[in-house]
Order: sequence, then C-alpha cells, then structure tokens
Amino acid sequence: MKKQVTLWQDYFKGIWEINPAFKQILGTCPTLAVTATVENGIAMALATTFVLTFSSFIISLMRKLIPSQVRIASYIVVIATFVTIVDLVMKAQFPELSKSLGPFIPLIVVNCIILGRAEAFASKNGPLRSVLDALGNGTGFLIALVALSAIRELFGSRSVLGLQILPDTFEPMIVMILPAGAFITYGLLLGFSNTLAERKKRIAQEELVRKYKPVQKAGSEEIISQEA
Amino acid sequence: MSTPTANPVYKLELTSSPHVHSRWNTKQAMWLVIISLLPPVVASVLFYGFYQLFVILVSVGVCVGTEALIKKARHKEVTISDGSAAITGLLLALILPPNFSLFFTAIGAIFAIAIGKEIFGGLGYNIFNPALVGRAFLQAAFPVAMTTWAIPNFSDAVSKATPLAAFKFEKITADLGAMFMGNISGSIGETSGLAVLLGGIFLIVIGVVNWRVPLAMVLGVIVFGGIFWLIDPSKYPNPFFHLLAGGFMFGAFYMATDWVTSPLTGKGMWMYGGGISLIIVVIRLFGGLPEGVMYAILFMNGFVPLINKYTKPRVFGEVK
Repeated sequence: MKKQVTLWQDYFKGIWEINPAFKQILGTCPTLAVTATVENGIAMALATTFVLTFSSFIISLMRKLIPSQVRIASYIVVIATFVTIVDLVMKAQFPELSKSLGPFIPLIVVNCIILGRAEAFASKNGPLRSVLDALGNGTGFLIALVALSAIRELFGSRSVLGLQILPDTFEPMIVMILPAGAFITYGLLLGFSNTLAERKKRIAQEELVRKYKPVQKAGSEEIISQEA
Repeated sequence: MSTPTANPVYKLELTSSPHVHSRWNTKQAMWLVIISLLPPVVASVLFYGFYQLFVILVSVGVCVGTEALIKKARHKEVTISDGSAAITGLLLALILPPNFSLFFTAIGAIFAIAIGKEIFGGLGYNIFNPALVGRAFLQAAFPVAMTTWAIPNFSDAVSKATPLAAFKFEKITADLGAMFMGNISGSIGETSGLAVLLGGIFLIVIGVVNWRVPLAMVLGVIVFGGIFWLIDPSKYPNPFFHLLAGGFMFGAFYMATDWVTSPLTGKGMWMYGGGISLIIVVIRLFGGLPEGVMYAILFMNGFVPLINKYTKPRVFGEVK
C-alpha cells in the first residue's frame, strides 16, 4: 500500500528534506550568480517561485494530455510563457532590479528546479499537491538564496539588504561578491547542511538501536543495521 | 619512529600507499623546514623592519590555533606538534607584502588552514598548497592591501613598484644584483634570492625536499623565458630576470616542493616543475597580472593526481 502523504508534508518537504539548493543541488546557476546582494537573491527566488507555481499547476492539469515523447518541449512552452510574464512585469515595474538581474530572469526558462519539479512531481500528481510542492520548493529556494546572499553581502559590502551592519573600519572582502566567494560560501553551506542531516540520521539510528535493544535476540542486530 | 623496544605500547598505523620515503619522519622534516626558513625571515626583518616579525608571529599563531580548534571540534587527535600548521603560517607570512595588516593576516591564516587543509581531512589529504590558498584568498579579498608595497631599507629607489610590475607596465628592468640580494620591493620573504637559495639548498642537501622540482622549474623558466627573450630582447625580459623576480625562487624551493601537493614519481616531478615554469612565463609575459607564481603552482597542484596516475611505475613483470 502506498504511504499516505499529507498535504502539509508535500509543502514542507521542499524547505528542508529536498531543498532545491542544498539537497537536490538544482538551480545552482542562479544560486551562484545573483546572490551578491540579498535584494537580488529575494527577487530571484520570488520570480522563480512564481514561475514554478504556475507552471506546475498548468502542467499537472495537462499531465494526461501531453504525450510523453514531447513532454519536455511542452513543459518548456508552459514555463517560457510564465517567464515572459515575469520578465515583462519586472522590466515595467522594477527596471533597476531587472537590470541588475540581467539575463538571469529569462534564464529561468531553463532553470532545472522548474523542469525537475515538473518532471518529478507535477506530471504525476494532481494540481493541488503540485502547487503545494512548487510553493514548498520555492520557499526552500528562497531560504537558501537569502542565507547565501546575506553572508556574501555582509562580508562583501558590509551590509544586509542595503543596511550597513559592519563598521567602516572593516575592509569589505571583495572576493565575497566575486564568483569565487559564491562558490566558497555555497560549498560551506552545503557542508553545513550535510553535517546537520548526518547528525539527524545518526540520532535516529541510535534511537532505533535503543528501541530494539531489550528484545534483542541472536541475529537481530543484523536486521536493525539493515533497517538503519 | 617508535620502535617496539623504545615504546612497549606501540600502535600499528596502517595507511594506504603511496608513501613518501625519507630519512626523516614527518615531525623532524617539518622542523628542518622551519629551520631552513630562518634566512628568509632574517632577510625580511633586515629589509622591512621589525614589524614583519609580528606578521609572522600572528600568522603562525593563528594557523596553529585554527588547526587545534578544528581537530578538537572534529574529535580528532590534535596534531599541531608535527609543525605542519606552523610551516603553513610561516610560509603564508613570508609571501605577504611588507607592513601587512595583522587582522588580514589572521583572516588569511584561518582560511589557509580551514579551507586549504582541514576541510580535505588535514595533513596529507589537501590538494592545494594551504599557504598559497590563503594568499590567493587574501589577493581576491583585499586586492588593494595585497599590492601595496614598501621601499626596502637599504634601497635608494623612489618607486615602490615591484620589478615585475615595473617591467610589465613601464618596461623598466631592475638591477639583477639588487634582485639577488633582495634590495627590491616585493613580498617580505621572497625578495632576497640569496636568503631563499641558502634555505632551499639546505633543504635539498639534507634530503627533505626533492631536487627535481626546483631544478625543473629553474631550467623550465630559463628555456621558456629564453625562447621569448631570443625572439625579441627589447620586448621580453631575459631569463635571469625571471629567475630572480617576484616569488619564483621561494615558490620553487618552498611552495612547489610541498610533499603533499607535488607528484610522487621522478618523471612526474619533471612534468610538474616544467608545467609550473611554463605557466609562470605565460602569465608574466601575456597575462593581466605582473606575477603568476602563486596561480601557476596552485594550477599545477590540481594536476598532481593526474600526473601521479599516468607516471605510475609498472609493476615488475607486468605485461602491457
């Protein structure tokens, strides 16, 4: 029997369990390229979430109509439609932001988070769950980009969201707003999140061992280690 | 090396090959390297004043402290007494510009040990030379501070530009004698070719570093630099300028010869040294930066696993 997944779990798994930036390692291109300032990071994550949510919704509605041979092309058409909307709205309403994000808004079309969720989730599930999954992944992406860009902006230009935090005596580290700093910060955050996940796994494993210990018989240890 | 008679409770430590073999154990060799670095340290104090000693002390102290902290945090044996962290600190300090901020030095030292070495698993596992990783980070983080030079004590020069920068941007060739003695501006430990040569030859004679890498680099730079010099002597500097300028000597004797990040086979060492010198010449003559020793060595460090793989000696009797 298939395990029951609640709607809440469908949303929540995108934030930590399958966080696009830290667990699926998807969408690394915008993650590295636009996180020099928190403002850009938030704008990028919101734009991606918008496209992700609406394209997941449409794709999951049409999932029975799309022949599987041409599904990628069909997904791209749907995604490109929403990216065009975002691009034009940003150009009209936030010209400054649009300029600083440059080609990365049009490049959302080929963002692998959106294609990945369409392929892995929206093409197999109903519209409600697809939208929740998209929102969860978008939130996870937002958290990742804010974390990354906050560290980079803090050390690279002494401020967060344009507000100066570190004193003038602190020389800004230019490397942090360069691509090299993005890679270093991303790598450190990835390592940190992996450490956390491993610790969680180890604690769960120890719990399991403790639970089965009193009734342990000969040979039962193997079963436990297999389960873990 | 502990023997069963000297230490009854000896532990058998197993590590997989390849192993470097040497008449010194790691601890002895590391302390010999520190001794061999005394001439450049003396030269740096002589030419740039006592402040440089503080830079060296901060760099060594922060490196050792960072290593101890990380080993503690990861519940590993604290191995600071083997001197490898101290060497990283010393090397890092000696390739910094004179009168460098102590705060920046500490940042570079933390980065060198934490990212350059410990993140890979500590001594023996790092791919890139930690001291150069630290300097590369400082170069990218604080480009202005890293290229602020000072006039050495016994020099009557008026320009603070390093010989390489002067050549690159103004086509002025510095006096080779002054470059050999170290009476030129540059990083505190690298300017004096004489001091570096003293320490480097000491290391080679006692057998701590292999002679092939420095020789390959010296010959390589003479050949590659010489080719361009012969093509157009007015446009390209002569090969001896290449030898004495910037961090070449220091890189050849102390940086490129690092046990962990250099190839294991003789053939590999020649390829590695030759590759470094080719990249140095190309960066110096055609790159945007005046100096390229640091990037050349880091770049070739990345090739070392590949070089080791393709120069692996064949097993006796093996049929191809």
